Amino acid sequence: MPTATFKIWRGQGGVGAFEEHEAEVSEGMVVLDAVLQIQASEANDLAVRWNCKAGKCGSCSAEVNGKPRLMCMTRCSDIDLTEPVTVEPMKAFPQIKDLVTDVSYNYEAKLRVKPFNPRPPDNEDGTWTVYQEDIDRGQEFRKCIECFLCQNVCHVLREHQKFDEFIGPRVLIHSAYLAMHPLDVEDRTRDLKEDQGIGYCNITKCCTAVCPESIKITDNGIIPLKERVADGFYDPVAKLFRRLVGKSR
Amino acid sequence: MAEVRTLDYDVLIIGAGGAGLRAAIEASSAGVRVGVVCKSLLGKAHTVMAEGGMAAAIGNVDDRDNWRVHFADTMRGGQYLNNPRMAELHAKEAPEVVKQLEAWGALFDRTKDGKILQRNFGGHKYPRLAHVGDRTGLEMIRTLQDHGIHQGIDFHMECTVTKLLKSAGSISGAFGYFRERGQFVLFRSKAVVLATGGVGKAYAITSNSWEYTGDGHALAYHAGADLIDMEFIQFHPTGMVWPPSVRGILVTEGVRGEGGVLTNSEGRRFMFDDIPELYRNQTATDPEEGWRYVTGDKNANRPPELLTRDHVARCIVREVKEGRGSPHGGVFLDISWIKSKLPNAEDHIKKKLPSMYHQFKELADVDITKEAMEVGPTCHYIMGGIRVNAETQMSTVPGLFAAGECAAGLHGANRLGGNSLSDLLVFGRRAGHAAAEYAGSHSPGAIDQAEVDAEAAKALKPFDGGDENPFQVQKSLQSMMQSLVGIVRTESEMQEAVVGLGELWQRYAKVGADGNREFNPGWHTALDLANQLTCSEAIARSALVRKESRGGHFRIDFEGKDPEQAKVNTVIRQAADGSMTVSQEPLVPMTDEQRQIIDEMK
Ligand SMILES: Cc1cc2nc3c(=O)[nH]c(=O)nc-3n(C[C@H](O)[C@H](O)[C@H](O)COP(=O)(O)OP(=O)(O)OC[C@H]3O[C@@H](n4cnc5c(N)ncnc54)[C@H](O)[C@@H]3O)c2cc1C
Ligand code: SF4
Ligand code: SF4
Ligand code: FES
Repeated sequence: MPTATFKIWRGQGGVGAFEEHEAEVSEGMVVLDAVLQIQASEANDLAVRWNCKAGKCGSCSAEVNGKPRLMCMTRCSDIDLTEPVTVEPMKAFPQIKDLVTDVSYNYEAKLRVKPFNPRPPDNEDGTWTVYQEDIDRGQEFRKCIECFLCQNVCHVLREHQKFDEFIGPRVLIHSAYLAMHPLDVEDRTRDLKEDQGIGYCNITKCCTAVCPESIKITDNGIIPLKERVADGFYDPVAKLFRRLVGKSR
Repeated sequence: MAEVRTLDYDVLIIGAGGAGLRAAIEASSAGVRVGVVCKSLLGKAHTVMAEGGMAAAIGNVDDRDNWRVHFADTMRGGQYLNNPRMAELHAKEAPEVVKQLEAWGALFDRTKDGKILQRNFGGHKYPRLAHVGDRTGLEMIRTLQDHGIHQGIDFHMECTVTKLLKSAGSISGAFGYFRERGQFVLFRSKAVVLATGGVGKAYAITSNSWEYTGDGHALAYHAGADLIDMEFIQFHPTGMVWPPSVRGILVTEGVRGEGGVLTNSEGRRFMFDDIPELYRNQTATDPEEGWRYVTGDKNANRPPELLTRDHVARCIVREVKEGRGSPHGGVFLDISWIKSKLPNAEDHIKKKLPSMYHQFKELADVDITKEAMEVGPTCHYIMGGIRVNAETQMSTVPGLFAAGECAAGLHGANRLGGNSLSDLLVFGRRAGHAAAEYAGSHSPGAIDQAEVDAEAAKALKPFDGGDENPFQVQKSLQSMMQSLVGIVRTESEMQEAVVGLGELWQRYAKVGADGNREFNPGWHTALDLANQLTCSEAIARSALVRKESRGGHFRIDFEGKDPEQAKVNTVIRQAADGSMTVSQEPLVPMTDEQRQIIDEMK
């Protein structure tokens, strides 16, 4: 079987170096397979997160040849194997060990978003009448597997470290799902501006570019939210109108 | 003495999949202190991978559906080994708990008149599965997670429990370690709910992740609880078979629910050739009727592709064995053929099965809107597990509860697709409620410090320089279980497996971990291995005593069903000397009303 060289970042707390390993490459293999093969044979203590191996859980985020990717969805046949393949942890988050980073910020940021708050049920059996077209957009945002790759590439977090001021693209589309939820009655405009820091986003769309679920984070989520914030703050009439007719987009 | 951090709870929940989260929400709503631990990050448990949907007789698509039909379907699917009270509670309560998810923000696919849409699935008489495309589990876990984080519950992510602690016969806590730094932790808790999922990582070809090492089963067993029905493993008929690196990854039954057909190398829809007696009245007689069924004709019967999973899996094995398989040792599953029936088939497939489309496109270079997939059986689910009381989910150990895949009873000998997600909600809620109540009426039990120290020392043993590689021992176990206690079983092979397990236990005693205690998967795997070996032994020993074929348990040396075996559960229990005992005990009897429903629905 052909082999390839993988340079895997090894170390703890940000101190470390690349370590070279050979892996056998079989048909259809993904980068995560190579990493697990190396782990099972010569580096039992190589730290890496994974669960589903099918792009569904968002555990295996890393940077492969410098590109933020899900390792389980990165086919070896799609990368140049004549050169060593580098595999590094996501860089925006503190490193724990090897490929594993401390992603707790993302969980904490979500707590800054007020929970879902539905209007009273429409029907006697406690259900609501909601049509598919009212939730198509929301369902797009709900495809998010919380891989945090978008958070990892957003320059506001990665370069400028605005972790206290800004919740990042992943959590903004969580906010967008709630704001566009046909049943939600919470007024979220003030929070978006003040607690969630939507103003820090300058629409570079780097987040959208890396999303493995192809969610149009910026165009469908952040930009409409920004418009709402602008309307809500500078156009009290529009805000009042929206309150009166409900919030169906 | 090892350094151990101590945390106090009224209710400790081990597992943050659908069952654990639902239990946590319920327990905390009763006002008690709740802690949740899980091996991975929050939101990554197996539940996130569930695809097809959750079964609940809401009757939105076919108003003939109701709990009685769902109950009868579940019992028939389980070949009547189910705990009938659990099957009844599940069928009655599933609609309510599914609708409740909507109140917490879930966005289910809708019917034209604005209700929750339901789809067809194997063994369910009417379209019954509430779903979101083919990513229902993601919607479910995210809804529970996002609701749960605002309920004052403490979450301890990447923390693995290795032992349950008891005092005077009842649960008093649990011991474990944080994966990140390797520190030990002692949870003192009045009640413990196990929601740890399954055991599928004991097999080589599996849809299950590294987490599925049967921890909850083994923890309960060592705490003195009974396990039942451990011989019943579900091999899902459709896993990916090619390329090798994705072998075993699940292809949702939703593909067949949307009209996908199974064919062999001769192009024949072989499922029409073998329709079991129990289902003859409910199965289509020709492809045309099958298509009418999946497109909603209420007078049509379901196509044979939607027979129960155990049966479909065995038919596939037969086709492959008899030389009619696909190039890589599976059969063909084709959804693209619906082009001949639907004008916008391509978009329809992408809308209904987006992640299958994505999965095949990205991982196998197959466009499912244009060509057939290659599929074969993959280890998927364990019906057996911790024996529980139907109302409270309490195990045979006071204060120890279990819910979800690690508990047993609801599914009998075979689980119907979609009945797991609803199981998690119904019995997660019940377990959370009962555990909170139990905690309210009991004071904390004592903790035996010597026991804690002994467990800490045991956990550190792999660092003593053993020379067995834990991953390699695990691999040997997986290939042995796959070939000797797999889909098709026989006495001599299973005896061989029992001997083989003895040898693996010896290798396990010598496993070593390199490096230090910080996020060290080799060490973690070494500790998980003991649970895998315990569960594998329980599976093999149970399978040996059930000398018949039923549901997920198929023996070539005893091909038919034995009416005597229809009356018993297989029970695994630890003897006083630490050895594993296996016995057979009578089933929970059906009430007259339950029996009547089943007769009516024959
Ligand atoms: C690919 C796939 C698709 C599926 N599709 C469907 C479907 O469409 N419909 C359906 O009904 N069912 C489906 N199933 C089955 C269903 O998803 C599972 O049975 C169900 O999600 C199990 O839920 P659970 O809450 O019991 O456990 P899980 O969701 O597996 O959660 C187990 C939890 O326990 C934790 N844990 C385990 N051991 C320990 C320990 N020692 N210490 C601490 N924490 C521990 C884990 O970290 C995890 O958080 C599918 C399964 C798979 C694998
Ligand atoms: S578009 Fe906004 S959120 Fe996305 S990466 Fe750019 S700045 Fe960050
Ligand atoms: S939005 Fe996309 S990139 Fe961001 S966390 Fe979700 S799935 Fe990952
Ligand atoms: S392992 Fe789940 S997304 Fe890669």
